[in-house]
Amino acid sequence: MTTPDPMAEIRASFFIECDELLEALQDGLVQIDSGATDDETVNVCFRAVHSIKGGAGAFGLDELVRFAHRYETVLDEVRSHRLEPTRDAVLLFMRAADILSDIVRNCRDGTTTDPDAVEPTLRELEALTAGVDEEEEITDFQPTGLSLDLGLTDVTAGPAADPVFEITFRPERELFQSGNEPLFLLSALSALGSLETTCDTSALPPLEELDAESAGLAWTLRLTTNRSRSDIEEVFEFVDGLCVLEIVEAAPASESTLPPLPGLADLSGATESADTEAVEGDSTDTVASRLTLTMPDAQDGPDRSDGVAAASGPRVPVLSADPSEPKDGSTATAPRPSAQGTVTRATVRVDLERIERLVNLVGELVINQAMLSQSVAEAGLPANSPVAQGLEEFMQLTRDIQDSVMMIRAQPVKSLFQRMARIVRESSASIGKRVRLVTDGEATEVDKTVIERLADPLTHMIRNAVDHGLEDAETREAAGKPPEGCVQLSAAHRSGRVIIEVSDDGGGIDRKKVRAIAEEKGLVPPGQPLSDSDIDALLFLPGFSTARKVSNLSGRGVGMDVVRKAIQDLGGRVSITSTPGKGTSFSISLPLTLAILDGMVVEAAEETLVVPLGSIVETLMVRNEDMQAVGPDTQVLRIRDSFVPLMDLGVELGFREPLETYSGSVVLLITLEDGTRSAMIVDAIHEQRQVVIKGLQDSYGHIPGIAAATILGDGQVALILDPLDLMTNATGRTRAGEPRLTLAG
Amino acid sequence: MTELTAVQGESSDCELLSFRVGEQEYSVDIMSVREIRGWTRPTPLPHSADYVRGVINLRGTVLPIVDLSRRLGIPVGEASERNVIIVAHIRHQAVGLLVDAVSDILAIPESDMQPPPEMAADSERGFVQSLTIVDGRMLRILDLEAVLPDQAETAA
Repeated sequence: MTTPDPMAEIRASFFIECDELLEALQDGLVQIDSGATDDETVNVCFRAVHSIKGGAGAFGLDELVRFAHRYETVLDEVRSHRLEPTRDAVLLFMRAADILSDIVRNCRDGTTTDPDAVEPTLRELEALTAGVDEEEEITDFQPTGLSLDLGLTDVTAGPAADPVFEITFRPERELFQSGNEPLFLLSALSALGSLETTCDTSALPPLEELDAESAGLAWTLRLTTNRSRSDIEEVFEFVDGLCVLEIVEAAPASESTLPPLPGLADLSGATESADTEAVEGDSTDTVASRLTLTMPDAQDGPDRSDGVAAASGPRVPVLSADPSEPKDGSTATAPRPSAQGTVTRATVRVDLERIERLVNLVGELVINQAMLSQSVAEAGLPANSPVAQGLEEFMQLTRDIQDSVMMIRAQPVKSLFQRMARIVRESSASIGKRVRLVTDGEATEVDKTVIERLADPLTHMIRNAVDHGLEDAETREAAGKPPEGCVQLSAAHRSGRVIIEVSDDGGGIDRKKVRAIAEEKGLVPPGQPLSDSDIDALLFLPGFSTARKVSNLSGRGVGMDVVRKAIQDLGGRVSITSTPGKGTSFSISLPLTLAILDGMVVEAAEETLVVPLGSIVETLMVRNEDMQAVGPDTQVLRIRDSFVPLMDLGVELGFREPLETYSGSVVLLITLEDGTRSAMIVDAIHEQRQVVIKGLQDSYGHIPGIAAATILGDGQVALILDPLDLMTNATGRTRAGEPRLTLAG
Repeated sequence: MTELTAVQGESSDCELLSFRVGEQEYSVDIMSVREIRGWTRPTPLPHSADYVRGVINLRGTVLPIVDLSRRLGIPVGEASERNVIIVAHIRHQAVGLLVDAVSDILAIPESDMQPPPEMAADSERGFVQSLTIVDGRMLRILDLEAVLPDQAETAA
């Protein structure tokens, strides 16, 4: 009410809705592609496109309307079994969905869509529905607040026995408040056929009690039309939930057995288009699923329940009148858990900034609680004292809150995977390979930031798999594989991390070729003994690109090293496994959240530091006989049968000069992604704990060897090490000598 | 005319927070000061400039501490419990300034401020924005931006 521009807000929410609808569309298409050609799945797709078209019409987005209309027409053909959803058709639908989402995005950003990208697909869609001519309808489409004559006209229906619909229409107060005008609705109805209108003024209060803002009028309408029920419902689409609406077919026609259910869809207050066509047999499904949505709302959400109560008004008992509902509900939802998942779950849209704030506050709470426990421990209170017990509960609560807040930020990787599906389609089309993407574990939840920052590296990996990983069709057939290549993308939670795998069933890494290229580019000395995994790891070296032909997809020389860097920045690791002739698999392991890190709290030169746990392989004590001097002031440590460079953390950070002797010091054996090992001397290991990551970049800038900071239980700031950075810049001085660095502060 | 000058006189009053660094008296615009805190031992940052004492925990944010005596090249004893940290906002980021003591809040008309004389190549010269006289003593007004650790410098 207080918003400066309600239109902009409605527009914004339309585009958010579009995103959801596009996601539902993608989902549906994937299901159809995998063989689920049941009516409901097709309907989900149809409804998604239809709803986008409806909204686009209201905002005058002609471009979007035009494309969505054509798309919807084709889907309608599929829905009414006049068109077989062949593989090619489904692939076309997927491309069309991509373009639809492009147009939606362009409409949102106010940019124009390149017609060259749209037209071919549009023509292909038209070709599919060559028999159905609806061209004139498009011109009928008026971008007004009420989109009246939307598509779906069944021109083939004979005009001979026009059914009669009896419509009871009782506007609620909200209908008028939101600026709707019954007159327009009635005139829109009359455009559908011949309309008899009776106004029911019985609910109108006497003049002296009249409240100018209340709604007292109701209409009983008899419409004789050759249009379908959905056309009538479409007229009321924009007042759905703002009125009491009942549409009953009076004349005995093919739909005579229809229960008075579809009206319920309008009662339920659902905001989606009330597109319940009884002819298709989906009305019960839709209504049932909406009912399951509405019922908990009425109990839990005060906002929603108000709306529902207002919308259903005095006629609410109708809801329970039909005994078939529960049965329908169960049969409708049972076979399609994934499709219904999005419908039954009530969601709230929250500004990301608010969540960020909450995450920060919870971080504070964790630190505060740690400080409190420390002071309670220091005060020497007995463990069974009320304070200590209360603190125990407090700790438990803090942990629960922390988990819940982190869960808010977590999002399923589905949206990311859908983007990848598009990458596969586009990249395979551009190089003329037939590729199928199989996804698994779409519901796996990962921190939102991780998802966002994973898109680029994953795109790169997918393109690589399509371009380099998979062979062309002839080679595949010669090797006895199906001509269509398969790229698999999966996500799973494993021991507190998220594992994302990109694998292909291609020829595997050609290790000879990789080695030759690496030698040619001077990345490895010729003839150096390398294990298979060493060779595979060469792919991650900067400036490595194996594509014989430089296609427009990959082969720009920026390759897997960029991918690895991006993943490392997220605190993740990436590894390759490859079997010649069978395929290659890249595995990305990521932390669940970027806000918390598992760390080892250590001490060096009287400073407390945190070492990321993931990089520590083992800890050991140094014995003098294990240390060997190499060069004037560096030493190596012998661990079993290998020598590992030794570095003193205190020296590397400039906190102290090398000690006289390190005998008895504690050493952390650190291993990096590329297998580089290093032994890091610390003075003591304190504990292993989770720490809340606080960025240093904003307040100070980059510090060599330091990734971030955290706040420990005693309120002190401790620095979190960046082992990679530390090791690449290490001086390795572990023998006392002339000081070469001026010590900082 | 008279009205105009009156308005000018009022609006150009500058409120300053004055503090001591060693034997010298400095001040900063009070609008950039967020709070004043007691001494907390900072966590030293490796490879940082010597005047960056490290970082402290300011209610959950990591606050870098600039030792003004080292930054301005004024010899003082080791930082102790008696020192004070002025938390200032400079260029959208919070920085703690370590000083010896906070003395006063002063309102100085802008007309009383004079640019620092162009003379010695004093190390502190670049940090002083202007000078003024309060009760016969010279008060230096700090250029906070110049005091900040240079991003390019720290990244090295």
